[in-house]
Amino acid sequence: MDLTIGPLQFNWPAQQWADFYARIADEAPVDRVVLGELVCSKRLPFYADRIPDAIERLERGGKQVVLTSLALVTLPRERRAAAALFEDDAPEVEINDLTLMRWAGKTRPFSIGPLVNVYNEGTLRFLANKGARSICLPPELPFASVAGLAEAARAENVGCEVWAFGRVPLAISGRCYHARVHGLAKDSCQFVCDRDPDGLTVDTLDRQAFLTVNGVQTLSFNCVNLAGDIASLAGAGVSSLRLSPHSGDFVRVTKVFRSVLEGRTDGTGVDVELAALGPPMPFSRGFMFGATGAE
Amino acid sequence: MMPGMPIRQERLELVCPAGTPASLRGAVDAGADTIYCGFNDETNARNFPGLNFSRAEMAEGIAYAKARGAKVLVAINTFPRAGSEALWHRAVDDAFAASAHAVILADLGLLAHAAEKHPDRRLHLSVQAAAANADAINFYAEAFGVKRVVLPRILTVQEIAAINRDIDVETEVFIFGGLCVMAEGRCSLSSYATGKSPNMNGVCSPASHVEYREEGGDLVSRLGGFTIHRVEKAAAAPYPTLCKGCFAAGDYRGHVFEDPVSLDAVALIPQLAKAGVRALKIEGRQRSKAYVEAVVRAFRRATEAQAAGLPIPASELSRLTEGQQSTAGAYRKTWR
Repeated sequence: MDLTIGPLQFNWPAQQWADFYARIADEAPVDRVVLGELVCSKRLPFYADRIPDAIERLERGGKQVVLTSLALVTLPRERRAAAALFEDDAPEVEINDLTLMRWAGKTRPFSIGPLVNVYNEGTLRFLANKGARSICLPPELPFASVAGLAEAARAENVGCEVWAFGRVPLAISGRCYHARVHGLAKDSCQFVCDRDPDGLTVDTLDRQAFLTVNGVQTLSFNCVNLAGDIASLAGAGVSSLRLSPHSGDFVRVTKVFRSVLEGRTDGTGVDVELAALGPPMPFSRGFMFGATGAE
Repeated sequence: MMPGMPIRQERLELVCPAGTPASLRGAVDAGADTIYCGFNDETNARNFPGLNFSRAEMAEGIAYAKARGAKVLVAINTFPRAGSEALWHRAVDDAFAASAHAVILADLGLLAHAAEKHPDRRLHLSVQAAAANADAINFYAEAFGVKRVVLPRILTVQEIAAINRDIDVETEVFIFGGLCVMAEGRCSLSSYATGKSPNMNGVCSPASHVEYREEGGDLVSRLGGFTIHRVEKAAAAPYPTLCKGCFAAGDYRGHVFEDPVSLDAVALIPQLAKAGVRALKIEGRQRSKAYVEAVVRAFRRATEAQAAGLPIPASELSRLTEGQQSTAGAYRKTWR
């Protein structure tokens, strides 16, 4: 089974961004790294000039590099940037908004990210026929669906990935909630989302941590962690696990997962170690194995 | 023509909800051009107990509408469950067998099925597909021959006009009723809290997971165990729709995502017509027959005024909106 690092979802300063990917390139035992801006096109200019170096270093480190699309493409400049992802000798593209299907399959290889609705075999086959190389399933899916889709993916000879670690993206909007809670509007947001390296916690009025706001994106407060389920996922035919970046020692997180994958560590015993490596956030596996996502 | 004389134009099509056969007949009689409804199962995004149509009711409803010059669209706009796609395929086949004018779909696999099996029939793209720009819409038009797209409720009027300049298919926009603040069809907030989601189950913040409780002097409403509202006992506790809840984030305490408002864009009808929109959609298949009739009558008057080039009558529908407050939503850029 492969390990993929998903695109950083949060707004980190450019230097921290560059340092993060340099360390991933040199130290993280992963197969693929998806990078680029997923959440908000206004963030990209701050680190766009760092991307070529990051790609080169990651490739030198033996990783396959994939560039993500935005999760929600609306503005003309966002549409132009989406089309530009398919220019010659660019890396593989991860489609996270179906807008990009307009250009997909014609020139560059592409894969499907977790924000595209792949809920059934018919959709998976449609995308495979269009040329998708691998598909990261929506984090909302229960295990029974994952098993069915993994089988269909194998039949179509495409990779099947699941969201295995990190706060889960739950919604995307035209409205920026970071701006809203700071009394600002999206167009004059002052980039306040950079104050929260793992997103801004949304508590219920009974002080229960519930959700996380990240600009126009809403995530879970809890962190998905399927380290203890790797055997069942492999048994179902899942071919890759997605680990989503957080602050702290994320390289160490990837090493823990690699160790479990290689059978050197028991996946059911790594929660305490994983919990110490990132921001305080309880673990969940409810979307796949429970009655609700938060479980 | 004399200066200042009203300019007649094509009346916008009024697309109205029906959760029951009685509502369908009521909407047709009140002046709806088109009715949209769904089968009574998980294939449609308003899968509520006691709502929606059996196969026989659908056929009768379509016949009733057709006899009075109205059209019926069948919404099959959830995402088929892996291993159970046949249920959704059958819904599409049955809708066309019952002479539906079109089906409203969101899922790529289901669109592929419908385009292949019913190449001569009309496919509409559901708002659940969240096609928010011309490239996305053109992809669906080219891949499946989609004839109309229901636009997501995250676009401004200017953006809608720009989209219409770049596409050949018709656009339909929401004009009144419940308001999603997230890109539709791409939201799993409800399943995070309750396990039931619009995409998979056709429900959002379902009543089965709602609990109202008195605590101290407060009335608390919870969804899946999470507190969504806490108000003084004397106040009316709003239904705990997750994205309209009251929360705390940093120093902010209030409606982090959206106030408990609903959409009323009646005043924007002339601009929407000018932006090239073909049809106006009223949300609310879960609403009563009386509600549907009142809203349809009001919007029929508004679209008659639009067609005649006259001022749109002021909205008389404020008493029907959720929480008694309404908004023009994303159609105005300041919403963002």
